[in-house]
Amino acid sequence: MGDVTSAFDEAVRLIFAADGTLYGIVLLSLQVSLTAVAVATAIGLPLGAALAIRRFPGRPVLLVALNALMGLPPVVVGLVVYLLLSRAGPLGELGLLFTPTAMVIAQAILVTPIIAGLSRQVLEDAWHEYEEQLRSLGATASRAAATLLWDTRYSLVTVVLAGFGRAAAEVGAVIIVGGNIDGVTRVMTTAISLETSKGDLPLALGLGLILVAVVVLINAAAQIIKTAAARRYG
Amino acid sequence: MLPLILEDVSFAAGGRAIIDRVSCTFTAGPRTLILGPNGSGKSVLMRLCHGLLTPTSGRIVWRGSRDDLRPRAQAMVFQRPVMLRRAAFANVTYGLALAGVGKADRDERAREVLDAVGLGRVANRPARVLSGGEQQKLALARAWALEPEVLFLDEPTANLDPAATREVERIVDQIHESGTKIVMTTHNLGQARRLADEILFMSGGRLADHAPVERFFAQPSTAEAAAFIKGELPWT
Repeated sequence: MGDVTSAFDEAVRLIFAADGTLYGIVLLSLQVSLTAVAVATAIGLPLGAALAIRRFPGRPVLLVALNALMGLPPVVVGLVVYLLLSRAGPLGELGLLFTPTAMVIAQAILVTPIIAGLSRQVLEDAWHEYEEQLRSLGATASRAAATLLWDTRYSLVTVVLAGFGRAAAEVGAVIIVGGNIDGVTRVMTTAISLETSKGDLPLALGLGLILVAVVVLINAAAQIIKTAAARRYG
Repeated sequence: MLPLILEDVSFAAGGRAIIDRVSCTFTAGPRTLILGPNGSGKSVLMRLCHGLLTPTSGRIVWRGSRDDLRPRAQAMVFQRPVMLRRAAFANVTYGLALAGVGKADRDERAREVLDAVGLGRVANRPARVLSGGEQQKLALARAWALEPEVLFLDEPTANLDPAATREVERIVDQIHESGTKIVMTTHNLGQARRLADEILFMSGGRLADHAPVERFFAQPSTAEAAAFIKGELPWT
């Protein structure tokens, strides 16, 4: 028990001493996950809007597939991206394996279905309300999609943040394609995993505390944005 | 683009006929009120006319428009107004932008119609925080700004209190006077008497009477229409 307490004290000291190793890892984590979420949002939101508005054969199958992909195991994504990027793989010539770019790719694949699937639900509810009015005004499908995205923007912030939470917290994909190389591809989750198995509890705990704090802050921000928007715009 | 001619129009959904071989003509000028009990097909008939639904059989022809099956110069106001999450003013300019109106004209016309419906004061308020009556007036303004040749209204006062109902009826009259053909559904006899020049009476998906308003109330031509007029409660 004493070990844990002293490790905890040391973790807090690391956080407040602005420890270089610790903050380097935090910074890379945020860089990788934010970039991945930006990519996933750019793909996921239009995809969600298209699925919400368009009716086409095969749509139900696609929705089932998308919902299944929302629960994709990170290690499987890591494995697939690893196979694609490994030297013998089809994209091996790019030399991306064990780089932050590879981690961004893996997390973007993980998060895109989440953003597309959740936004599809939000946008479809809005579409039920807006459809006749927008068609009456002569809106094209792409114009209608843009209007829906804009009008549900505060709900979509929550969707994007849910994606970020998933990216920041996963370890399975980034450890496979990033390799957890010190100073290059070591992020919070992989570092926690490694340091814990090495027995360096202070660093692991310190990172764990920061990771939890980031996730809590993100969710608080989402909540505040949503409440304020609901009050303002109804 | 008028007259609008319906030739043997039927509409079925889920194997059930909702509109059953309706033929009629909407001409420019008189305010047409589509009257009938709930479930008689009034709203569906209107959606077919506006082009939101496609007939299962029969034809809908805008005789006065060259070859366009669904001319743009028409607008519709729904029973529950759909307010976009933006200011009242932007709700009006949104419709104008879709109609291809330039920025400067959009702003000017939006200001004009908002003043005309009495919403000039709240132009910059978010549309969704307006009261139910104000929202319906905003929906009317949004439609009116398009300067449609025909305006369809689907029970626009069904969810409103008497004061707001009077205001909406006043605005509908103003739109009529500005030269727009009014086609409106209602199940309220008092409203039909106040607003209509001619009545289309729907019953069970069929057109059960089509007559000038005085004739309709004095001598309904079908038993259903007579029963509907008699059955209405005296205070409505």
